[in-house]
Amino acid sequence: MSTFGLWHYWVVIVLMMIGLYTVIARDNLVKKVMGLNLFQVSVIMFYVSMGKVEGGTAPIIPEQASGPVVYSNPLPHVLMLTAIVVGIATTAMALSLVVRIRETYGTTEEDEIRKLDRAEHE
Amino acid sequence: MTLHLPAIAILLPLLSAPICVAVRHALVTRLLTVAVGWGSLAVSGELLRQALSGAPIHYELGGFAPPLGIEYVIDTTTGYVLVIVSTIAAVVFSFGATTRGAALPAGREHLYYGAMLLCLAGLLGMTITGDAFNVFVFLEISSLSSYALIGLGQDRRAPVAAFSYLIMGTIGGTFFLLGIGFLYQATGTLNMADMAERLASLHRSRTVHVAFGFLTVGLSLKLAVFPLHQWLPNAYARAPAVISAFLSATATKVMYYVLVRMIFTIFGATFVFGKMGMDMALVPLSLGAMFVGSLAAIFQTDLKRLLAYSSVAQIGYMTLGLSFNSVNGLTGGLAHLFNHALMKGGLFLAVACLVYRVGSSRLDDLAGLGKCMPITSAAFVTGGLALIGVPATVGFISKWYLVLAALETGQYLFAGLILLSSLLAVAYVLRVVEVLYFKAPKSPDVREAPVSLLLPTWILIGATVVFGLRTELTAGLARSAAMQLLGAGS
Amino acid sequence: MTSETLILLSLLAPTVGALLVSLTGSAPNLRESISTLATLVTFGAVAPLTPRVLAGQRPRLDVMEVLPGVDLAFEVEPLGMLYALVASGLWIITSLYAIGYMRGHNEQNQTRFFVCFALAISAALGIAFSANLFTLFLFYEVLTFSTFPLVTHHGTEKAKQAGRIYLGILVTTSVCFLLLAVVWTFQLTGSLEFRPGGILAGKASGSTLTALMVLYAFGAGKAALMPFHRWLPNAMVAPTPVSALLHAVAVVKAGVFTILKVIVYVFGIETIAAGGHSDWLMWVASGTLLLASLVAITQDNLKARLAYSTISQLSYIVLGGALATAEGVLGGGMHIVMHAVGKITLFFCAGAIYVAAHKTEISTMNGLARRMPFTMTAFTIGSLSIIGLPPFGGTWGKWYLGLGAARGDNHLFIFVLMLSSLLSIGYLMPVVLRAFFRPPDPESNSHHGEHADEDSGSQHASHKGGRHEGIQEAPLLCVGPLCAAAVGCLVLFFTSDQILQLLLPITTGAR
Repeated sequence: MSTFGLWHYWVVIVLMMIGLYTVIARDNLVKKVMGLNLFQVSVIMFYVSMGKVEGGTAPIIPEQASGPVVYSNPLPHVLMLTAIVVGIATTAMALSLVVRIRETYGTTEEDEIRKLDRAEHE
Repeated sequence: MTLHLPAIAILLPLLSAPICVAVRHALVTRLLTVAVGWGSLAVSGELLRQALSGAPIHYELGGFAPPLGIEYVIDTTTGYVLVIVSTIAAVVFSFGATTRGAALPAGREHLYYGAMLLCLAGLLGMTITGDAFNVFVFLEISSLSSYALIGLGQDRRAPVAAFSYLIMGTIGGTFFLLGIGFLYQATGTLNMADMAERLASLHRSRTVHVAFGFLTVGLSLKLAVFPLHQWLPNAYARAPAVISAFLSATATKVMYYVLVRMIFTIFGATFVFGKMGMDMALVPLSLGAMFVGSLAAIFQTDLKRLLAYSSVAQIGYMTLGLSFNSVNGLTGGLAHLFNHALMKGGLFLAVACLVYRVGSSRLDDLAGLGKCMPITSAAFVTGGLALIGVPATVGFISKWYLVLAALETGQYLFAGLILLSSLLAVAYVLRVVEVLYFKAPKSPDVREAPVSLLLPTWILIGATVVFGLRTELTAGLARSAAMQLLGAGS
Repeated sequence: MTSETLILLSLLAPTVGALLVSLTGSAPNLRESISTLATLVTFGAVAPLTPRVLAGQRPRLDVMEVLPGVDLAFEVEPLGMLYALVASGLWIITSLYAIGYMRGHNEQNQTRFFVCFALAISAALGIAFSANLFTLFLFYEVLTFSTFPLVTHHGTEKAKQAGRIYLGILVTTSVCFLLLAVVWTFQLTGSLEFRPGGILAGKASGSTLTALMVLYAFGAGKAALMPFHRWLPNAMVAPTPVSALLHAVAVVKAGVFTILKVIVYVFGIETIAAGGHSDWLMWVASGTLLLASLVAITQDNLKARLAYSTISQLSYIVLGGALATAEGVLGGGMHIVMHAVGKITLFFCAGAIYVAAHKTEISTMNGLARRMPFTMTAFTIGSLSIIGLPPFGGTWGKWYLGLGAARGDNHLFIFVLMLSSLLSIGYLMPVVLRAFFRPPDPESNSHHGEHADEDSGSQHASHKGGRHEGIQEAPLLCVGPLCAAAVGCLVLFFTSDQILQLLLPITTGAR
């Protein structure tokens, strides 16, 4: 397969880098959470694409099956159900923390929070 | 009943958590938490006994046979870590003022306890499971609840610390997930034993190399291996002291266990050390952790932060033990798992006692408390001596094995460095001792902490001395675990 | 009683005593009675072991196995017996002296003082009776940490600073060198037991053995070999009873005892003599011995001068071991006793002078003997014993050391010993001469509070110092013990034969 033939990997990599970059570079906490989401989604995409078998059907054996049936691997898909739940829980947790941070600091910008902390410490 | 013990070990805390949420009664949920803590200890103890008395226990969850079903495997190492985690849980949950230091609105205590139970369930689950993806699920269960618990610290910076831990933790967790994905691609299985079998012929596969990289980095993030430790000091310093005690004594320990499993059970030591040369990376990083962590601890002004940095250093000892790839080294690392859990748990509980009376863990506010709170202060000093590694405390036992391993492999320099770095512990413990004993108290009418707080503290602190002399249960078990791991991996 | 019981009792009596003392802290009379009782019980447990050891027995007590091959165990052998006798015997008079001193001074935290003191003695006995290197190291560290609160007793900035240096040097040397050496020995031999003839023989190359010797010699930082000696003068900020018993007897002797024991029972005298692993140590010890003597001459503070004298005298013992001859080791062992009794006399006197006249600097002690005749007579006796003149105990230590040097064809070191003896005359006799033959300084009649330390709780003493006519001795509880110690110096001269008999078995197998 050519480099381009593995295009789904490129999607995963690009998504992942966008996500990681956002997490690292953005000061806004909500944007960080978004970046984190993108990052997680890229891994979910990775798993989902991994299970796909070219030309495969849904993993249900038809009643009048004649010979072997090519079907997609259901296991990675199922795993991702769990991963999606984890992702949602993480996002909810992160956002609720952001809400609390905003309540105490009045801002969701990381550099401002740091400034406020330093001001209180000195 | 005994047949289903592995499932019960996890279900007990996992199911008690929603019960807590449903019951909503502070005292009832509190008692339930304590009961579950001790119940877990009983179950873990029994599992360890069974694992020791014969072959490893294999349990098929829900009756589905592996590799399709999820399998729980308990060998000596698993049982050993289970006992560590549940011992700490039982003692810390019994601590008198669990919610002190947490910013909880009245009537919400049950949620707090629920989160603690979920965290315990996750930690036990990660340990017990023999399925790689299952590890990830439990990892997230424990992590999510620990973010919540840390965010509850009274310090206003606590949510910020919890948030940055969440970011780092999730990145770590997702890396781990990605690593498992690659492994699945290479082997077509999620069962650890199966993976190990199939990986044996895949040492040259680049997919496996990538998987190894992602798994290691992900786990190192969660384990706070230097220099990926940045989240740890803030998180432990700002969480309620009891939560710091619980997490510092269990969370990183279980991550270490997962790392050990991954290296020795899944990939095998030949691949990890021989082919990937992991020791080349891990040894300098461990030494870095030992020195940087301890040096940073010396200059802290907050006691909890000081202990947190000391944890970074102590994790360095554990990973160093691992990277020697010898029975003595791994014994030292695994023994330090137990030993460090005892001393750090005890020390953080002692801090919790101080915070209970003084309301702060800043060193300036703790001046002269040696006079007002002699029993708590004595607990801290004893724990501090263990941290230094004075003989007849647990710290000495770990150090002994590590130095022995270094000498055995002819690395005389490392032996010296291990000992030298333990001297830095003298500096930061001495600093606290001087504050506690040689400074004039700020308010001389502070009273000693109540017995319900002192008792759990001294259980852990006393254990650091007892297990410093009686080592069959710590070093002895660690040794047979190490032999099992190395025997299986090579 | 069986030997096991006696060993256990001698270790537990001080510990239990410490516990009881801490419980009865509010009642000083009861506290001090318990403390004194503990000293008597301890000595009563140690002393009966002596005839058994003389008869060739080696009483042993196995407590537990800590790690495979690493035991917590005790075994009484001649060298340890001697050290234990010295430590527990002198503890009795020190404890009496301490009561007088601490009360005379109205010291703070007296309970903590007595508790830590008892723990330190317990640790010293643990070292003395240790059957292997692990047990020795364990109690060695216990001794370090239990004496730390005694050094920092006053809680002042100076005391804290001294405490840091104390802990810093002692822990650094013991952890970085001694522990490394212990683990290394274990790795080489698989054993940590003290065995006559040594355990290392034939187990390692010559250079490894020399490296181990370096680690052991400097690892026993309590022996105050230069350049790791600075903790000892610093430790002198502690109350005088601490300086007397711990920093002239128990702690420092723990260091040299460790070195002697390692030389005799881990390396084996023969191995060392054959391989020359300790040749360098002779030079280091000689250097320390002479340098410390020279420094001592320059010190005006009496306790500091005594401290440097201690450093110098400790190196005699190390030198004795390093010579690796039967006589050298015997001389070292004997010097442990002789120096202990002599130096404790001197420290007692220094404390008594401080309590009664409130003087710490030698230059202010002119004519002191007129006021404190007993104290200064005892000081003279102690000095003569340290110098090594008959008829005092110190003679024999130096005699055997000299013999050891001669036997080992190390004639140069005889000269070193002579020179150092001359130097010790130089730093000790001026004190005696000043006190006896110089007229009292006119200004010394006034209050001397400004010469004293920051210690303010001593109005009692300076009050006494103000009235200068007639005899103004320290309290009876101070003078009594110091006279007893001085008599001890005399008695030891005539009883050295018993000590020799006790020690002789350790030299079997040596040249």
